[in-house]
Formats: sequence, structure tokens, C-alpha cells
Amino acid sequence: MDLVDPADLAGALELAGYLPDPGIATAAFLALRMRRPLFLEGEPGVGKTALAQALATVTRSRLIRLQCYEGIDSRQALYDWDFPRQILHLRTADTADRSASEASLYDRRFLLARPLLQALEQGPAVLLIDEIDRADDEFEAFLFEVLTDNAVTIPELGTITATAPPVVVITSNRTREVHDALKRRCLYHWVEHPDFGREVAIVRRHLPAAAAQLVEDVARAVARLREANLVKPPGIAETIDWTNALHMLGASCLESPAAQDTLGAVLKYREDLVRVRREFAALLGE
Amino acid sequence: MSVPTPPPDEPDPVVVMTGFARALRASGVAAGSIRLAMAVEALTYVDPLDASQVYWTGRITLCAERDDLPRYDAVFEAWFRGRGDARHPRPVVAESPVAARRAWDSASGGCRPADDERLRTAASDVEVLRRRDIADLSESERRRVDELITSLAPQAGVRKTRRRRAGGRHDIDVSRTLRGMLRDGGELLVLERTRPATKPRRVVFLLDVSGSMSPYADSLLRFAHATARRLPTAAEAFTVGTRLTRVTRQLRTHDPSEALGAAGAAIPDWSGGTRLGDTLRAFLDLWGQQGLARRAVVVIASDGWERGDAGLLGEQMARLARLAHRVIWVNPHRGKAGFVPATAGMAAALPYVDELVAGHTLEALQTLAEALAHA
Repeated sequence: MDLVDPADLAGALELAGYLPDPGIATAAFLALRMRRPLFLEGEPGVGKTALAQALATVTRSRLIRLQCYEGIDSRQALYDWDFPRQILHLRTADTADRSASEASLYDRRFLLARPLLQALEQGPAVLLIDEIDRADDEFEAFLFEVLTDNAVTIPELGTITATAPPVVVITSNRTREVHDALKRRCLYHWVEHPDFGREVAIVRRHLPAAAAQLVEDVARAVARLREANLVKPPGIAETIDWTNALHMLGASCLESPAAQDTLGAVLKYREDLVRVRREFAALLGE
Repeated sequence: MSVPTPPPDEPDPVVVMTGFARALRASGVAAGSIRLAMAVEALTYVDPLDASQVYWTGRITLCAERDDLPRYDAVFEAWFRGRGDARHPRPVVAESPVAARRAWDSASGGCRPADDERLRTAASDVEVLRRRDIADLSESERRRVDELITSLAPQAGVRKTRRRRAGGRHDIDVSRTLRGMLRDGGELLVLERTRPATKPRRVVFLLDVSGSMSPYADSLLRFAHATARRLPTAAEAFTVGTRLTRVTRQLRTHDPSEALGAAGAAIPDWSGGTRLGDTLRAFLDLWGQQGLARRAVVVIASDGWERGDAGLLGEQMARLARLAHRVIWVNPHRGKAGFVPATAGMAAALPYVDELVAGHTLEALQTLAEALAHA
């Protein structure tokens, strides 16, 4: 796939259902051209994960997702041996020839490929390493190694090198500082909430049947909610949910009883609900 | 974005980028040589005469965290409008005279030798110093106390993680047991056991550096530095006051004076008025809620003088209490005779505080260290 400039990629992403702003398009374009991991940060719900999905569609490759969590290690991220099957194999093997059966124990068929190994072996792939800040530093160090060499060495088996290095997208919610060594290898982009026009376009893309007036009203209201110092400012998913909820109720614009009743689709904290209900007219003035 | 073109006398993108990166570094963005090389390479893929593309390409390759972005924008503006000069970049964050003064006088030395002679004395003096209010110390006594704070090296309590270690008596480690069976020809001879690993809890310091706290702010920053040295991956520090500033990076420096100098330079509002509720909300919105405060021990050092709305402070404290494992409030006035938590801010915050400790003497800081270890 030949992309000549960021605008070109933006067009392709749009076809894949993702509407990028120039910043995201440039970041993704450079990640593809420079073969560097793309490190994305931003508020939850601004479309970091969705970008990886769209990139997979654009590059016609598989999306392989590695969700990080506390305590994740190489056995869950990279590879593991299938011990029960190895035991079975050992039990049924010819006991006379011990050395041959031992050698056959560490065969590729007993190796379980976890997401990182899958991304190396089954290229071309887009590898999404989601919420890396949840994993710990030991994990980062070993991830760094895999991403630098695009290869994995398995002591019993040898080195597995990627045929086509994966496109890597790393997301973080900044709960802790990710190590500089890893960050230094990556392109960095802070993803902002979309502006009004883009948000309207995104919602329309997801809910083509919803009334145009409704979509615009909701996008305007959500933009105002984001400015209102809420505990959890709504993301794009909430905008879509809220529009959809109102659409299901047959609304063609943002009106009071239905809007009040569906606030639960967009606000996920009690404090926020109480406050927005109280200041409804001021915040979402009709 | 309108169209600034590179200065006509320096048309080579490599030269322009190098100068630009140098200006960025001067403003505090860690745009090192690897990032510069990345930027120059990236420029070959985009149109170097398109301002928007140059802006994004530079930002994506040269910045590494959100704090860099405002600095980047300012330097970009100055540099590509032709007003900037790599050799004399304008400081992006205006340094207040107070901050400049704070950027450590220990470097200049002052009246050192005579004082030191007198103070390198017996342990009994230390015993006295331990109980003296930090605010009343002379310059030389304070230096001695500072050294002692550095040696406090607070520990943090531990928590269980999802990682597991060998050992324990209850859970069977299936994979290690099976590996043993492989060695023994498929016979089950030993049942291996496993137990959860432990890790130090994250400690988050929120240090009030507003005017009323200034006699204690240095010592508390030093205490945070000692903790950051001991727990390099598990300690975080922010200063609150009129604005939220993250100083974790600055505190990682080995030398305490240097670390405090760097932190002092990074804090724009030393000794301003206190708006605790607002800054606490900023902390929770930007960092705490995302996970920094979750399961952490949060230490707030403040006298609770709140110039803003105490109701807001109470609300934010409730939020913090729901996220954090433990909230410890250090109030220097707590140790003084006749202390009642009567300031509006303190009263609003108190219901959500697990432990209220003093922090006005070395001894009190030691108590704080113990509270941290048991949290």
C-alpha cells in the first residue's frame, strides 16, 4: 500500500470508518513510513484503540491486541509451553528411546504463541499494546527488546524473526511514567478530543439514521460538558451512545424530558449526574 | 494554522531542525539526539514547506509527554516566525523572581566554614535539633537538619501483586510442577508451590508550596526527594498551591540540592496564595483518576489554609479518599500547642483523612516515615 502523504492516509482511514485530524494522520503516516512504534496518550475515549483497528483495515493486516495488566509477563504476552500436552506426549512416547522423546518435547507444536509472538510470526499485522502503563517495568524492558529486534529467542527452539515487522501502536493512560528507553524509540502523539465538526461526522458515520439536528445538538452539548470540569468528561463513545439512546426514543433534537432521562448514557459518575441535573439549563441551555 | 516558512537564510531542513531542537531543549523539552534524528528523517516523508505538516511532524517526533506540548507550541511559534534564535531562546515559562531566588542558594555557599565548625558537634545537639520547629532554625542548623532528612530514607508499605513467586504453602504452581515431571520422565515427584509477589506501594506527595507553608516547604520537598531516591519507580511528587506542578522528574536527580533547585525552577507559583481545592481537582483529573492515586498512599502536606471554596476541597478529598489506599495529611501546625483543625479547608478535608500527622520537626518527619512504612 503506497501512501504519499498524511492526507492520503487520512483519506484511507476515513474509508475504514475512522475520521482522523491532521495530527493523528501525520502520526500514523510517519509510523507506517518510518516503521517506528506509535506511542499514543490521551483522555480515555478519544479513539486511541480505534485508530489501531482502522490502521489494520487500511494496511490490510490482522489486528493483534495485547491488553496489558498488572503482573503480565512473557508467558502471557510472548509464548508459553503447553505443559499438559507435553506430559501426554511424554507418557505415550516410546520409553525405550528417552533422548529422542525428550528432544521431541520442545517441538514447535507444543509452543503456544501469545500476542507478541503471533504478531511476529503471522505478519503483516498491526500490534496494539493497550494501556502499557498497567504493566510493570520488567515487562517494559522485555517488550523493548522484542520491539527493537523484531525477533524472539526461545532457548529450546532458537530465534524466531519476523517476516514482516508489525506496525506497533502503544497506548498509555499515564498512570505511571513509561521508561524513557522505550519512549525514545517511539513516535509520540497526544490525542485530543475531536472538534465539533469532526465529532458530528464521526457520530453520523456510526448512526446514519439519526436526525442531523439531534447529532449536532448532542455534539454541542457534549463539547460543553467537557468544559464543565466533570469527574469523567465524556468521550466519543459516550457521544455516540447518547445520540443513539435519544434516537431510539424517537427524538429528532435534544429536548428536555428525554435528554434528562438519558443522561446516564453520557455521564458515568453520580456527582456528575447530580450536578448536570441541577445546572441543566445553564450547562445544556435549550 | 497559517504558513510560517523556515528562515530564508537557513533553508536546509537539517540545520533548521537542529536549531529548533536546541531551542526546545533550552525550554525544557528533552529533545535528545535520537529524537532529533527521528525528526530529520520524518521531515523527508512530509512536505517541509507545509507549516501544518512541519508542526505535527516536529511535535510527534520531538515531544515525549504532554507537559512538553505547551513548550513546543511556544518555541515553534517563536522559532518559525523568525523571532527566535537558538542561541538565545526566550524562556517559555516565565520565571517568577521568587522561583529564581529559590533556585538554590546553597550553590553559592554563603557563610559556610565558621558555621560548620560549630555545628559538627555531638549527638546531643542532634537530639535537640530533632525537636526544634524547622521554621525557627538558623541557616546553619537548617543545613544540618536537611542532611538528616536526606538520611531518613522512608520506606513504603507493600502490597500483593498479580505476579507470583516460588514458595508459600497453599497454591500449587502447575507449570513448575509439570516441568519437574518432564525432568522425571513423567512421574509426579514434587508438588511445587507458589505465592503472590509483593511490591512497594506507590507513594504520591502533594506538597503545598503556598506562602503560609514556605518555612516547611523545603524540608518536605527534601523528604519527598529522600523517598523518591529510595523508591525510584514508586514515588511521585506534585506541588499544589495556585497551580499543579509535577516535580517527580526533577526529584529523581541524585543530589538533593540539585533536585530541589530543579524542582524550584519548575514550580511557577512558590509562595502564592492557596487554592487547594482547585489544584487537588486538577491533580485528580489529570493524574489521580487515571490511576496514579489508585491503591497509592497519598501524602498531602498543607496547613489547610484555603482561599477558595472549602466545599470544593471537601468534594475533591472525598474523591481522593475513594481512589487512594490511604490518605495521610501532614500539617505543620498539628504539633503545636493548642492546635485545632479549625481552618475551613482543614475542617472540610478531615473526614477523608486516614491519618493526620505533624511535620514541623525532624522528629515529626520521622513519625511520617513510620506512618508510610505501615501504610
